[in-house]
Amino acid sequence: MLLLDLSVPGRQGYALPKLDVEETPIEELIPETYLRKSELGLPELTEPEVVRYFTQLSRKNHGVDVGFYPLGSCTMKYNPRVNENIAAMPGFSRIHPRQPENTVQGALQLMYELDRYLAEIAGLAKTSLQPAAGAHGELTGLLIIKAYHEFNGEAEQRREIIIPDSAHGTNPASAQMAGFIAREISSDPRGGVDVEALRAMVGPQTAGLMLTNPNTLGLFDENIETIAKIIHDAGGLLYYDGANANAILGIVRPGDTGFDIVHFNLHKTFSTPHGGGGPGSGPIVVSNKLVDFLPDPIVEYTDGRYHLARPKHSIGPVKAFYGNFGVMVKAYAYIRHLGAEGLRAVSENAVLNANYVLNQLKQDYHLPYDRLCMHEFVLSGKWQKELGVSTLDIAKRLLDYGVHAPTIYFPLIVEEAIMVEPTETESKATLDAFIEAMQNIAEEVRTNPERIKSAPCQTPVKRLDETKAARSPVLTRKL
Amino acid sequence: MPYIPNTPEEQQQMLKSLGMSKLAELFADIPDHLQLKRPLDLPEPLAEHQLLRYMGQLAEKNVNLDRCISFLGAGAYDHIVPAVVSHIINRGEFLTAYTPYQAEVSQGVLQSIFEFQTLIANLTNMEAANASMYDGATALAEAALMSCNVTNRRKVAAAANLDPRWLEILQVYLESQNIELINIAYDPVTGLVDLEAVEPKLGAELACMIVSQPSFFGSVDDVDRVAQWIKSYQGLLVMAVDPISLGILKAPGEYGADIVVGDAGCLGNPISFGGPSVGFFAVTGMKLIRRMPGRIVGQTTDRDGNIGYVLTLQAREQHIRREKATSNICTNQALNALTATIYLALLGPQGIKQVAYQCLQKTAYLRRKLEAAGFKLRFNAPVFKEFVIQADWDWEEINQRLLEHGYLGGFPLKLADPNLSDCTLIAVTEARTKAEMDRFVDLLRGWR
Ligand SMILES: Cc1ncc(COP(=O)(O)O)c(C=O)c1O
Repeated sequence: MLLLDLSVPGRQGYALPKLDVEETPIEELIPETYLRKSELGLPELTEPEVVRYFTQLSRKNHGVDVGFYPLGSCTMKYNPRVNENIAAMPGFSRIHPRQPENTVQGALQLMYELDRYLAEIAGLAKTSLQPAAGAHGELTGLLIIKAYHEFNGEAEQRREIIIPDSAHGTNPASAQMAGFIAREISSDPRGGVDVEALRAMVGPQTAGLMLTNPNTLGLFDENIETIAKIIHDAGGLLYYDGANANAILGIVRPGDTGFDIVHFNLHKTFSTPHGGGGPGSGPIVVSNKLVDFLPDPIVEYTDGRYHLARPKHSIGPVKAFYGNFGVMVKAYAYIRHLGAEGLRAVSENAVLNANYVLNQLKQDYHLPYDRLCMHEFVLSGKWQKELGVSTLDIAKRLLDYGVHAPTIYFPLIVEEAIMVEPTETESKATLDAFIEAMQNIAEEVRTNPERIKSAPCQTPVKRLDETKAARSPVLTRKL
Repeated sequence: MPYIPNTPEEQQQMLKSLGMSKLAELFADIPDHLQLKRPLDLPEPLAEHQLLRYMGQLAEKNVNLDRCISFLGAGAYDHIVPAVVSHIINRGEFLTAYTPYQAEVSQGVLQSIFEFQTLIANLTNMEAANASMYDGATALAEAALMSCNVTNRRKVAAAANLDPRWLEILQVYLESQNIELINIAYDPVTGLVDLEAVEPKLGAELACMIVSQPSFFGSVDDVDRVAQWIKSYQGLLVMAVDPISLGILKAPGEYGADIVVGDAGCLGNPISFGGPSVGFFAVTGMKLIRRMPGRIVGQTTDRDGNIGYVLTLQAREQHIRREKATSNICTNQALNALTATIYLALLGPQGIKQVAYQCLQKTAYLRRKLEAAGFKLRFNAPVFKEFVIQADWDWEEINQRLLEHGYLGGFPLKLADPNLSDCTLIAVTEARTKAEMDRFVDLLRGWR
């Protein structure tokens, strides 16, 4: 049943105040031909019905609050509720983006300080809080790389962005959107960038390199200084995809390892809730030589006053107003609550939890890169595949254990990939239960594969037919 | 550590299972000289109750809309938000989930997105909508890029009466792909798009024509005229609309729009200093549907034949197509889209019509009163919930004076357009009362 199926003519779930001004006949205000003739096509329901409908819907959904959610590359950590209370304070949630600056000094101070904290964590100079998510940060960072080369008169020639074959899909997609050519670089047998291949690939056409470190295999690329040197010597810049920053808080700073631009995902590393797919926030932090190219505006502090300013060679704005402010408030509160010590503990425990689980699972699942991992690791379901059970089947079976499946089939360089990110907010007991579930499934692959292939069976719906959905798309409820 | 369950004993057990004794050993792959050898330079941690107090103080440094009466709009509005919205979206199953990759345990989010797509498609009178965009401005930029891809043309025309910041963002997105943006001037008297100003030979080179309804100045146009013009050149009509206005104004689908975008922040989302908001993106025709950016949810059936929902048409997306994807968007604004869906479900067709009607009537009332008080209306076209007045004074300074009386004045247009330096843009929503408006007019009249 959808909202429109429940609709009863004449019902309304919210009563507006009475219109208290003298009315002018509508024809005198808007010409008749500009008026709507078609139905609005909205449901008619009262408040209790709406509450019950959405509450019932919510019960069909897994979330971090419900159970373990080891979705690799997404950092599904606990989202502290106090941050929700704070973001809802009227002084944050009820302010208008175009208010005079002297009426929003608290908001600007928060943005300025968050900028400083992120710069310290990144080991770089200045932050733009505008990007709405990681991919948006990537696009913004790439536009800055372009502007930098343009400023140096090299934009025409520097057209290529080098991206590892293990990279997230948004990296090449962002490079394309920014008007670059994406060049794929292969990984070496230890899972890092193939340094020799990189040497051969760079040249005067190189605009930059996008890298996440730890990379999407959950591995720290030990050659990072060499890589940075190769790119810098070729005249390119280094972009850090910060999706995996949960491993490095207070441990190692991307700026110290040679990166020029970093994006963070506040919705991953800094505990703001993922909301079913956003809102996120993807601030970028840049080195000194790139500050002048940041999006318009940035927040500055002079003479005891916070104000908005346009950087000298700004690429322009990339988002209406200042970014996802409500998300920034939560990330700011998180950093203030944890402090330096707390953030370091986050990364230590995230890495400990990942290695603990990895070590227990490598007997039952193929581990393509057998070394220390950081905050996540990637297994391969290829042994199971040989027995006729795919990674998709394994993922679906896990749902029956009340666990959200890991990220699957990513990164692309691992066949039948199973990418597990436990996060620091899970207990050893939860991890042990997950390990046991994975072991049971491995056993079941050998003894009762049909059971897995017909999974899930404990979920609100059984396995859904994706092919059918794409073949004859039904994207709205037909009236 | 309230959010980290591992006790020191458990840490030791876990380390031991790895053959380690210290946490530092976990980071052996990071060259020692690259590791940070000091604590991060951050303020001392605040305990929860200290944090609440401190953040409360910071919040108090802002003048919020509960403490003043706002006539400020220009892209963000003080619309009424029903109390129940936040209770629903704060349910942990919605709040703490992510993109519904595992459909069988994500039916709540998937079905709610399907509802959003349905309600946006119906409201705009289009065939389909996607799961959401970052905001209206980036949705517009993506609509322009998509128009170029679909038509194989490299020029985009946009009415100069669009939100100037949206135009700037559009320029940033288009420039990076070497697509030319042509601004179509507005008529200085009406504030409406001036098609006469367009070079006729340009028409055939345009991927699309972008119009904003209402315009940045609040004015309402006869989009039919623009639609016919761009269609005569086989270009696409892209409309940026205020979803609230669709309770009264002719829907984009009725004009034959090809792509419709807008900002749905005004549908139940807190104003929150301009974000998070949510953009929507609607199209008509399978050809355009298959080129849309972002997530799309489709209906299907499970193994037992029960109806269910999944992410679909994913062959457009970055995780599959990488550099050939229709967009790089991944995380979008799901919770804000859910908010808009709840809002639309609560208000229903009658409620949305009433909100639109109240905006229209109250705006007309204030506009009339200000005109009677001697303020010049800058443009003479019909308006919806905003309008421009002109007076020979510094509107920024007037706004400071208004603040002393508890009013947040309009948006001084000198901040956006040098030709309008003696103008301000006034917004009136359903939240304003006659008494508030009368006093506002009295204050301004008094300073003349
Ligand atoms: C490695 C990596 N890079 C980039 C992104 C894109 O971030 P967002 O979804 O916030 O746009 C993701 C998100 O899943 C990611 O895992």
